[in-house]
Amino acid sequence: MSEFRSDLKYLPSHEWARVESDGTVTIGISDYAQESLGDVVYVETPEVGTEVTAGEEAGVVESVKAASDIFSPVSGEVIAVNEALEEAPETVNSSPYDDGWFFKVKPSDLSELDDALDADGYRETIEED
Amino acid sequence: MAQRTELYDQHRALGAKLVDFSGWDMPLHYGSQLHEHRVVRGSAGMFDVSHMTIVDVSGLEAEAYLRYLLANDVAKLDAVEGKALYTAMLNESGGVIDDLIVYRLGDWYRTVVNCATRERDLEWMQRQATGFNVTIAERKELSMLAVQGPEAIDKVSQVLPRFATQLHELKNFQAIQKDDWFFSRTGYTGEDGLEIIMPDGEVVQFWQGLLEAGVEPCGLGARDTLRLEAGMNLYGHEMDESVSPLAANMGWTIAWEPADRDFIGRGALEAEKARGVEWRLVGLVLQERGVLRSHQTVHVPGSDRSGEITSGTFSPTLGLSIAMARVPADVGERCLVDMRNKQVEVDVVKPCFVRHGKKLI
Repeated sequence: MSEFRSDLKYLPSHEWARVESDGTVTIGISDYAQESLGDVVYVETPEVGTEVTAGEEAGVVESVKAASDIFSPVSGEVIAVNEALEEAPETVNSSPYDDGWFFKVKPSDLSELDDALDADGYRETIEED
Repeated sequence: MAQRTELYDQHRALGAKLVDFSGWDMPLHYGSQLHEHRVVRGSAGMFDVSHMTIVDVSGLEAEAYLRYLLANDVAKLDAVEGKALYTAMLNESGGVIDDLIVYRLGDWYRTVVNCATRERDLEWMQRQATGFNVTIAERKELSMLAVQGPEAIDKVSQVLPRFATQLHELKNFQAIQKDDWFFSRTGYTGEDGLEIIMPDGEVVQFWQGLLEAGVEPCGLGARDTLRLEAGMNLYGHEMDESVSPLAANMGWTIAWEPADRDFIGRGALEAEKARGVEWRLVGLVLQERGVLRSHQTVHVPGSDRSGEITSGTFSPTLGLSIAMARVPADVGERCLVDMRNKQVEVDVVKPCFVRHGKKLI
């Protein structure tokens, strides 16, 4: 069974966002998403210093099975990317919520996350499928 | 409800991710497709392929019938008992109805055809049998396992010691039938190994014995990446009824000699050859990051026609993306592929990337 975390916000397109204590936002893909994709072989993250926009494409994750766009849940400046994924993309499968994070954003408007789903809301969108 | 093989409960118990495959609930993987792929390249893995269709052909005119039905010539099997042949079954216009392996076992033949084309195949085989003294029998009561990898034959021998000597003597592309068991040194992975057909009632115990011997279960996901690395065609991707074997890298499976053998599709293939074959199936290698996928467009420099990727994947053995593509026959050494939002350059190679654990590119 997929894991859902109550401290995260989710998009219906399967990204999660975590607001850190310093106000930055960490972004990755859900446990359900990594299970559906199967073995992840490439992750393309945005570059540090670029601006991402909420709801717009910010990267790509490719598994053996399929390619999938990554949408950013918030707008802001990319302040860090998980460079470890370049050498070890399988980390997305083994640890989607911790070591397998994709990038961090300094959000320009944190209230954008109010529209995102909580864990229960996200679980419901999956169960409807 | 979807059909299930005798091993369905075993797959569930092993935590398989099950998917629908042509109306069958089949394991896609048991955790990691990449791991399963590497197991087959390095030691031994097993695949439940009981969804495949086994059709036995017997009768006084079985040979004459198959020489008419199939593009390869089963007369090549006369010399050696159990010998196997890979062949296309064509329609009148030279399109591929299916690809299959045919074995000669004494005075009868066994064919293994694809599950997705089962109904069409059976209907076609029956229809073409008119006027021949043959019996065509689907063997639904049999299960089939593929045990593949450099240690496959040793492992199977360990589980079935009564067959050990014969299994070690079995030549490549040869089969033996012993009691109700059928062993063939064939596969769909590019590694050494066996395809084994047995009564439904005996497959669970055999599967469990293989598990205890350290053979790991592998799903359809790994089967696909393994066959693609080995440059083996998948029906519905590399060929279908609208594609000639000459445009699917299957020219070597057409037995043109003897010239007086009439087989279905022969006239169309001869005409195509005389005109000049316009398309060919090639391998593609992407040296940069990204994964080639089926249906992506392939641009051939200097040609006004574009081709298409028929199968693409990430190659676990090579660590980069490979594909098979049908392109204009005058293709050079490089092509351009339309990937998501960008165009990438790819190398054109022979469609065979890995064999017996060795990288060929």
